[in-house]
Amino acid sequence: MLEHPLTMWQQMESLGYTRRDFLRFASWLAAAAGIEASGIGQVVHAMETKPRIPVLWLHFQECTCCSESFIRSSHPIVADVLLDKISLDYTETLMAAAGHQAEKSLHDTMKKYKGEYLLLVEGAIPTNDDGVYCCIGGRSAQDILTEVAEGAKAIVCWGSCASNGCIQAASPNPTGATPVHTLISGKPIINVPGCPPIAEVMAGTIVHLLAFDRIPQLDGLGRPKAFFSRRVHDTCYRRPNYDAGLFVESFDDENAKRGYCLYKMGCRGPVTYNACGVMRWNNGVSYPIQSGHGCIGCSEEKFWDYGPFYQHLASFPGFGIETTADKVGVALGIATAAGIATHAISTNIRKRKQIQQEIAGSDTIADDTKGGA
Amino acid sequence: MQHAQISRVYVWQLPVRFYHWINALSVLVLVITGYLIGSPPAVQSGSEASFGYWFGTVRFVHFLAAFLFFFNFVYRIYWGFVGNRYARWQNFIPYRKEQLEEVKEVLKVDIFQRSVKPLESVGHNALAGITYFISFIAFLFQCITGFGMYAAMSKAALPALFAWIVPLMGGDFAVRQWHHAMMWFFVLFSMIHVYLVFYHDYVEARGVTSSMVGGWKFVEKHKL
Repeated sequence: MLEHPLTMWQQMESLGYTRRDFLRFASWLAAAAGIEASGIGQVVHAMETKPRIPVLWLHFQECTCCSESFIRSSHPIVADVLLDKISLDYTETLMAAAGHQAEKSLHDTMKKYKGEYLLLVEGAIPTNDDGVYCCIGGRSAQDILTEVAEGAKAIVCWGSCASNGCIQAASPNPTGATPVHTLISGKPIINVPGCPPIAEVMAGTIVHLLAFDRIPQLDGLGRPKAFFSRRVHDTCYRRPNYDAGLFVESFDDENAKRGYCLYKMGCRGPVTYNACGVMRWNNGVSYPIQSGHGCIGCSEEKFWDYGPFYQHLASFPGFGIETTADKVGVALGIATAAGIATHAISTNIRKRKQIQQEIAGSDTIADDTKGGA
Repeated sequence: MQHAQISRVYVWQLPVRFYHWINALSVLVLVITGYLIGSPPAVQSGSEASFGYWFGTVRFVHFLAAFLFFFNFVYRIYWGFVGNRYARWQNFIPYRKEQLEEVKEVLKVDIFQRSVKPLESVGHNALAGITYFISFIAFLFQCITGFGMYAAMSKAALPALFAWIVPLMGGDFAVRQWHHAMMWFFVLFSMIHVYLVFYHDYVEARGVTSSMVGGWKFVEKHKL
């Protein structure tokens, strides 16, 4: 950890990047963060003047796929500068320090940059049984999070685990895996869900914080609007097939070969907010739908619980696998029709009796009238 | 009994009747298009997407019917405060002792087919009232969840009012799932509702069925 943190530009300069490289990088970052062309100057200015933000990256119940995604960002400088040199003072998977040194580094940063450092959290936090299911250095994840979040300027939740619990929180959630926003309050929290999130989305979120010194515009679920305001469905290149009602019926049929819509194969695009259709993956090479597989909605809360993945409608809770609301509905409909039929029959038997009685009754009345006359 | 004096009572005002039939029509359209959106039929046309738009049209009709349904529903709530005594909101919530008694009485007639004696209420009977109240809650649920999902693809102000349901339920998937499941309430409700109207007309002979067309019901004079 340096005494006087350098600015991003100084850092790049010392690494041998030219001014042109720097400007190109700044423009690319601005574009990735969804900032319009007129805002590039602001990004450049910020990276020239602002010292790098000290960053603490905590890992809890996770698989490190978010880190893996981030270091594979399509732009090499992202890994080189943002990650390697952003002053990442503590991150279990990438730091050189270990054991007591690592803990010291964490606490040094927390003390020195109190209220200034950025906290990035990867992974959910188990809350059952005093949080014994995830302990680092003998302390529970919840304990560490509470302590580190205390002095953080803002918290970025990487991936679905930290944002909404992901697979660890899938029913019945044995460890009580909990996303950050339900445990921490009073701090700006940015959720960047996805399993993992797209590297450029992660970089874009960091850039926004870096350049503008404030959190990006968030939606109702705390996600940056720049990346999560549209559904995968709205930006899907197969969307015209959906509107035309052309669907893949099975993965090996003619329609699949023609590239029709994967809606009936359980594609979660229509209910998933993410930037996959626009940014795509692996340097913009492809994304699940382009590769012929429906979206599984990995950035949505409880996506594991709405199975099976290859069915449009999820199983209806309490009725076992592959029993959809439609199957339950049809069964209830048949039961209702049967009930109505039975009821109608018994009503008719009853009414028949009643009519018979009334006919008999009116006969007597008629007789009476005759008798009276 | 057969010589009872029958009187004609104007029960359903024109706005109530309009509401009923617009509602019936929009529910029918919404259920059919909604079901199609949930499970579109297989079309093996082999054509290019640019030549067709039938699924988009189905969705458009669904959204159109949804707006009709919503405003019609809002209108009916308004009429529950300004309409005649049979249209008032008090009919839908059994808070009085007589209403609760009547609920039990109607259940006996409907389920056990116990008595055929004509019921006390001229307008909705108390059981029907509470059932319609429950259905209003279902209407509200469908409006909130439907517009909540629609808000993401619309810039209009009305759907945006319901966007809060998505984070509340944890995401679009949950909202879609429950919006779809609730469709079956409408199917079952319609089946039972239509049957019971015919049933009551059949055993009571008060002209319940035609009352929703003309507005008049026939009631024994001594009941008035």
